[in-house]
This record gives sequence, C-alpha cells and structure tokens, in this order.
Amino acid sequence: MAILIIQTLNSLFYASVLFLIAAGLSLIFGVMRIVNLAHGNFYGVGAFVTAWLIGVAIALGVPTPWLFLLLPVGAAAVVLIGIVIEPLLLRPIYRRAEEYQLLVTFGLVLILEDLIKLIWGGLPLTADTLMDALPSIPIGGLIYPGYNLVVIGIGVVAALALWMVIYRTKFGVMLRATSQDRRMASALGLDVGRVYVLAFAIGCFMAGLGGAIIVPSQAAVLGMGIDALVLAFVVVVIGGLGSLKGALVGALIVSFVRTAGVQFFPEIELAVLYLIAAVVLLVKPTGLFGSTA
Amino acid sequence: MTAAAPSSLLRTLAPPAAIGLPVLALLIVLPQVIGVYQTQLLAYGLVMAVAALGFNLLLGYTGLLSFGHSAYFGLGAYTVAFLARDLGIHSMELYILIGLPVSALVSALLGYVCVRHTRIFFGILTLALSQVLWSLALKLFWVTGGTDGLRVPRPTLLAGTLNFAGSGGYPRFINSYYYYCLAVFVICVIVMWVIVHSPFGKALQAIRDNETRARFLGLRVRRFRWIAFLISGTVTALAGILWVPLNGLTTPEVLYWPFSGEIVFATILGGFRTFAGPLVGGIAFNYIKTYAVASTEYWQLLLGVVLVVMVMTLPSGIVGAVSTLAAKLRRKREA
Repeated sequence: MAILIIQTLNSLFYASVLFLIAAGLSLIFGVMRIVNLAHGNFYGVGAFVTAWLIGVAIALGVPTPWLFLLLPVGAAAVVLIGIVIEPLLLRPIYRRAEEYQLLVTFGLVLILEDLIKLIWGGLPLTADTLMDALPSIPIGGLIYPGYNLVVIGIGVVAALALWMVIYRTKFGVMLRATSQDRRMASALGLDVGRVYVLAFAIGCFMAGLGGAIIVPSQAAVLGMGIDALVLAFVVVVIGGLGSLKGALVGALIVSFVRTAGVQFFPEIELAVLYLIAAVVLLVKPTGLFGSTA
Repeated sequence: MTAAAPSSLLRTLAPPAAIGLPVLALLIVLPQVIGVYQTQLLAYGLVMAVAALGFNLLLGYTGLLSFGHSAYFGLGAYTVAFLARDLGIHSMELYILIGLPVSALVSALLGYVCVRHTRIFFGILTLALSQVLWSLALKLFWVTGGTDGLRVPRPTLLAGTLNFAGSGGYPRFINSYYYYCLAVFVICVIVMWVIVHSPFGKALQAIRDNETRARFLGLRVRRFRWIAFLISGTVTALAGILWVPLNGLTTPEVLYWPFSGEIVFATILGGFRTFAGPLVGGIAFNYIKTYAVASTEYWQLLLGVVLVVMVMTLPSGIVGAVSTLAAKLRRKREA
C-alpha cells in the first residue's frame, strides 16, 4: 500500500514537470503554429541557470529558505532568452514553409546545447541543498522527500494559473483570438506581434520553471533538454497539440505509464510510450483534446 | 513520334550528363591524389549523400517532411551488425542483398502508418516511430549492445575476391571501399533519376503541388505516398548499410532524432528543390561537420549557427544559390 502511494506521488511529481514543459510547447504551437524543437533546451537552460544561481548563493552564505526564491528567477532567465529569440529568429519565418521552421528551431537545439556546455562545462550541476532543506515524510514505514510534494504543488498551481490567464483574463481572450484567426485579430486592432512575444515568453517561463524545480532532485546534465523534448512530444501528441487540458491529461498518462513501466517492463518502457503516441496519432490525429489542426 | 522520342530523351539527359559525367570523373580520380584520410572522408560524404537522396524523394518530390529518417539509416546499420555477429556473414554483397528486403519491409510497415497523415502530423509520427526503434536499441542491450553499440569487422567485397584481413588491410580497404560506395552511389543516383522522371515521379510531384487536384485526376494519393515512403526508407537504409563497414561500429546515436535532423539539414543545405541538392548537401554537410568537430569542442554551436543563417539567407540551398547566380551572370552577359 505504501509503495502504491509512493509510486503515485512519483508519477504526480513527473507529471508536474512534464506538464510545465508540454504546456509551453502546446501553447506556442497553439498561438504561433510553430513546433519548437528547442523547447526541451529551454527546460535544460532553466535547470542549469537555477543550479548555478543556487550554487553562487550558497557560496555567498545566503540562508537556505531564501534559496527557494531562486527557482522562479531561473525560469525568468529563460524568458530573457525567449524574448530575444522570438523576434530575432522566429518572426522572419512564420510565413515560410514548415520545413524551414523546424530547421531553425533544430538549429537552436544545437546552439543552446553547446552554449550550456560553453558556459557551465560538461559536468553535471546539482542543487540538492534545497532537497535536503525540507523534511522527509513518513509514509507507511517508508520515507518520502518533502520537496517532491512542493514540486507537485507547483505543478498544480502552474496549471491553475495558466488556465486562469487563458480563460479568465483579457490577455487570454487576445491570445485565443490570435490563435484562432491571426489576420482577423490583427484587423480588429490587436498587436499580434506583442501577443506572440508574450505567448512565447509564457511558454519559455513554464519550461524554465520545469527545469528549475527538477534540479534540486536531479542534477542538471547535458542532453537533458533533448531527452525531455521527445517526452514532451509524446505528451502533446496524446493530449492534442495546442490544448491545455490535453497537456495536463497527457502528462498524467505518460507519467503513470512511465512509473509502471520502470517497475514492470523497464526494457520497453520508452518504446511503449512512443507506441502509445503513434497509436493516438493514428486513431485520433488531433489527440484526445485537440481541435482541428 | 518515333523519331521525336529519342531526341527528347537526349534533350532531358544531356544537361545532367554534361554536369554529372565530369563530376563522376573527378570522384574517380580524386582518391589517387588525396590521402587515405581524405578518401575515407569522401566515402562518408557519399554515404550521407545517398541518405539525403532517399530522404528527398519524400521532402522534395512528395512534399512530406519526415523527422524520423534516422530510423531507416539505423535499421540498415543494425541489420548489417546482426548479420555479422549472429550469422557470421562477412560479405558486403550479402549485407546488401539481405539488408535491402528487410529495410523495404520495415519501411513499408512504418510507411503504411505514417502516410495516413501529412504536414506536421506526418513529421511527428515519423519522429515517434523512429524513437521506438531508438529506445529498443538503447534498452535491449543484450541484443543491441546498448550505448556501446555493435562492432562490425571489415567485410569482404565482390563475393570474397577482395579480402582485407591482417595488417595493412586498413588503407587497402578504404581505397577499395571508396570505389564500392561510389558505384552504389552512382546506381542510386541513376535509379532515383529514373524514378523522379517516370510517370510515377510526376504523379508524386502533382500530389506535392496540389493534392486535391491530383485526387480529381484519379491518382490514388495515399498509395503513391506509401510507395514513395517505401523507396525513400529503403534508399536511406542502404546508406546505413554502406556506412557501418566504414565506421566499424554502430551505436543508438544513428537512431536518435537529432540524426534525423542532420539528414534534413544536409538535404536543405544542398537544396531540396533540385535533384542534385541532396547529393551536394550530403557531401558538403559531412565536410562541414567533420571540420567543425575537429576544430572546436563546440561544433554543435557552429553547425547550429550555419543552419540558422542558411535558412534565413539561402533558403534554396547551395545548388539553388549557384543556379540563381549562374542565371544572373548569363543575363548580364546578354545585356
């Protein structure tokens, strides 16, 4: 029983991080109709920046509770990168064919991957001080790290906040209008360029936050972004590209299948996930919650 | 009509032959001038060109962007590795003879699934399926060697008449194997040229340009896409088959999605709107990557910048840019 609870919590922990990455990917596709292959790298950059900041803060003698404030700062650093990239590299190619869009973001994958190596070297960066700062919780004779519950909490809050922004604010209306009909939105006087930058910034923040909150429990390593992207793809394919609810349900499905897979069929755990994605694409190409493409 | 047919055939064949034959002559002579290392590099380039050539039947001629062609390259490579390890086969001809039907079968299966979609969903579906193969190669380590991959010893060529065992075999192997790759390369180019200029190839281009109209003309769109996928996957797998003896080792890297990105990169670098684009792109990409890796630890950064700058400023690729330039010069001379 205790094992079951712990595995459920583990799944929710992964689901939180995956949702943060996939929701950003989905939002950016929904609004700009661009599949951002570099989105996983934003997650990687978030992890490295946060781990580095925490390391610097510890060296400066900042008391541990304050270190938690650095998590959103790491995510904000990714936003800074995003608002440079969008107008500079993506805006010129919105009207171009899909192959060029994919190639530019693939170029970004290569660039960001090596920039991380250039800045922080090839060694893993850890920030486990945060993990150790929180007490462990006894669950039926086993202990569970309290930090993981914080991550689950952040995932829930992020999902709610994103839902509020998209469905309950004026900006959300502008976002949805632009996503449905860019030219009509523009004709009605919306500053589409600004909506694009903001949507891209939100997507970057989510991915960066995903990296920031995972780094206290797992070291930031090279290639983590490339690995994460494929999983995020699986999530949005299952849930439906461009759908917030889809990203949430997809993240839950992928996380629970993964946890079960690691337990019962570790050799084909990844293959099963990709197969699920392929089957969903075949049966319902727009995903479980996607609208028409 | 009977009199016109040969002359029209001549007219379609003359310009590519005028460029192709001197290039072929150059490719034949070059290894006698350059060293073993450069010959090996050029052989890698030819392999990449074959992979891009196969890929471009889908992108350039059918209008489908596959982001999972690493699957077919890796499929060819691993098939050879299994044949060498489990069946003790060391003949290059047998590798090709067994590898091609296996690749065609898997391409047909995966292609049947993928061509139900177009545009971005086709890309994601090909990517997802290629990652199934990648994760299997990575995780089933007692079959595939996991991240260590599988070693493949130097095979014999031409039904065992050329053997490269023993000391000093390496330079001899590279020299012979280069010409082997060149021969396969030439055959692939000719076959692909015939395919894209056949009624079947014209049908693919019609589908690419206007799917609805092609359907109204009575073309069975999905069936044509499926056959194109099959040919494309098989040719790219042939590149994987050729690559393994050259590399001596195959690892899951060649199945991972960034390698699919490299195939797309090479094709667009050369220019996917022309027949020669992927050929030039494959060889050029191989040089760029090799020298980037050799000159800096941050070669990915360099490649990424090249890619982004190229898409922004040179979208028609090397071949497109050269032919535009040639047209401009011609007009200036006439003016």
